[in-house]
Amino acid sequence: MLRIKNINTYYGKVHALKNVSIHVNVGEIVALIGANGAGKTTVLNSISGITPPREGEAIFKGVNILGLPTDQIVKMGISQIPEGRQIFAPLTVSTNLELGAYHRYSRKNKSSLKKDIEDVFSFFPILRERRNQIAGTLSGGEQQMLAIGRALMSKPSLLLLDEPSMGLAPMISKDIFRMISRLKDELKTTILIVEQNAKAALQLADRGYVIETGKIIMEESSKGLLNNKEVQRAYLGKEKKEIWE
Amino acid sequence: MNIWDKDYECMPREDIEQLQLERLQSTLNRVYKNVQFYRKIFDKLNVLPEDIQSIQDLSNLPFTTKDDLRDSYPYDMFAVSLREVVRLHSTSGMTGKPIVVGYTKNDLKNWSNLAARILTAGGVTKDDMVQIAFAYGLLTGAFGIHYGAEKIGASVIPTSSGHTEKQIIIMKDYKTTTLVCTPSYALRIADTMVNMEIDPKTLNLRLGLFGGEPWSENMRKEIEGRLYIDALDNYGLSEVIGPGVAAECQYKDGLHLFEDHFIPEIIDPSTGNLLPPGEKGELVITTLTKEAFPMIRFRTGDITKLNWRQCDCGRTCVRIEKIMERTDNMLIIKGVSVFPSQIELVLYEFEGCEPHFQLVVDRKDRMDVLEVLVEVSERIFFDEMKKQRRLLENIKERLSSVLGVNVDVKLVEPQSIERDLNKYKRIIDKRVI
Ligand SMILES: Nc1ncnc2c1ncn2[C@@H]1O[C@H](COP(=O)(O)OP(=O)(O)O)[C@@H](O)[C@H]1O
Ligand SMILES: [Mg+2]
Ligand SMILES: [Zn+2]
Repeated sequence: MLRIKNINTYYGKVHALKNVSIHVNVGEIVALIGANGAGKTTVLNSISGITPPREGEAIFKGVNILGLPTDQIVKMGISQIPEGRQIFAPLTVSTNLELGAYHRYSRKNKSSLKKDIEDVFSFFPILRERRNQIAGTLSGGEQQMLAIGRALMSKPSLLLLDEPSMGLAPMISKDIFRMISRLKDELKTTILIVEQNAKAALQLADRGYVIETGKIIMEESSKGLLNNKEVQRAYLGKEKKEIWE
Repeated sequence: MNIWDKDYECMPREDIEQLQLERLQSTLNRVYKNVQFYRKIFDKLNVLPEDIQSIQDLSNLPFTTKDDLRDSYPYDMFAVSLREVVRLHSTSGMTGKPIVVGYTKNDLKNWSNLAARILTAGGVTKDDMVQIAFAYGLLTGAFGIHYGAEKIGASVIPTSSGHTEKQIIIMKDYKTTTLVCTPSYALRIADTMVNMEIDPKTLNLRLGLFGGEPWSENMRKEIEGRLYIDALDNYGLSEVIGPGVAAECQYKDGLHLFEDHFIPEIIDPSTGNLLPPGEKGELVITTLTKEAFPMIRFRTGDITKLNWRQCDCGRTCVRIEKIMERTDNMLIIKGVSVFPSQIELVLYEFEGCEPHFQLVVDRKDRMDVLEVLVEVSERIFFDEMKKQRRLLENIKERLSSVLGVNVDVKLVEPQSIERDLNKYKRIIDKRVI
């Protein structure tokens, strides 16, 4: 579905991504794990056009999307849920969802918009209960659901999730991860997920990549990555570093 | 016809190339970080892993040779710390220092999976009784196949090597269906069965997976005819992983090389240059998933060519031609590479010739001369001179046209070619260079 080759992304002079090549197959959950500052968010931003790469190739459903403006990329079916959720805090839950469909809004009549919101509500019943509540007053977990719900309004075929569990209590994180696997099972959404919580992400994902200082150093099945000692030590917090290293 | 890992073995070309690029880049990033040998090479050439942007770019990197591996004895080529290594194997070390190879938990998992692929490609299922007559020990052959057979759910009979009579009794009593060993050992088993007066037709044996050494189509025919089995070839080498690199499917038309784990290249062994697609030369392998012992452009010394045509079995991965020759067996005559196997094939065309021959190379007036000594059957020598003459001329003409260089042919009496421990001295090179 998405095939990226040799992406190089810069922040001014900082070479943040060096030849990143990854792919996501239809129906897969793919996890991108790595330490803070490794370049995970930059990968997602490079795909969605927020920080366009200087070089490389990103073929989505057969079209090179590199260099396209973000709204056009959204229209093609890629939706990103940014780190820290970024919902419209002063607006109600319903209004947030309506805004999520903005690019389709003009062409769509009110009833189909309503139906889309209904779909989100039936997936996240808690949002229906809270639909008239101001988004800023929701709990962290609910805000994350709203952020996902808003992304779903654009009917994406590929969802880019940036650290959905960030800042959430472990129990709430669990709920969110459960939600994400329901996205795959029930809505058949393909997902590229970036996580600090590598273990949870890998338990959810089919495959994963490990990124280190802007370079991919591993591509493996999730099981394989969970088995890998280096991954365990660096990202799963399992073992301490040895002296010889 | 079963395929063990359909997702990977039958991947569309475009997908496999993407996956290869991803895995190649991450392998390069890892070896640059973790293996001093590779970091030095990269630094010396002033290249960084990120300069490799395509599979084709791989050819800008230098080779890893057997000597490099010997020099790194025992652990210098390892890309992980020893505490992550769960298994060690080594080469026999017959010619100098052995090469030690290591496996992580994931490496073993991948290895079993690859072995399961080759067994499945050969037609082994969970209903089979697989007798493994490779030596269990430091060499990789037995263990790789062992794991694969267990993974499939077949019943493994780990007889290890040797004790041929006992092997045969086990084969008979345990109802072995599949024999795994070297092709020459399969013939040894056939010979021993004759001595023991055991009729192979009365056994349950139906399949043989053979590897570890080059063997000809004629040898395949002989094994199949004498043991009443299907005989399939599989290719592997310890430096790369062991068995599980490439294997024949039931069509026996080249060995499928598992491209999601290995990138093959074919080079001219004398210049090191990449050869055009489809041409015959030395196989070079880069590993894509090995954690403990990754190899970048390892020169296998094995001669083959690549075939990308899709096989009728459905597998899309490239096929290597059955390997019959090693670079150390190759002769260069007047700049043309000549392989003993080509000569063997020609000799099979002529009645009255035994495929027993010897190549004598010399230099006369600064020019290479190749003389082929061919043993003929008794019958021919008692026949008239004229017939002999004609046979000689025909062989000479045929050989010269197949090899692309002029050769001299001499017919010699049966059993007159030097034999060393039952092996012919194939090549005598008298050239002083
Ligand atoms: N806006 C920015 N300006 C300059 N450098 C940045 C910026 N964002 C990220 N970087 C650099 O790119 C690297 C990758 O960052 P990021 O993709 O946010 O990592 P991650 O999401 O894995 O924590 C960082 O180490 C940082 O040096
Ligand atoms: Mg980030
Ligand atoms: Zn085939």
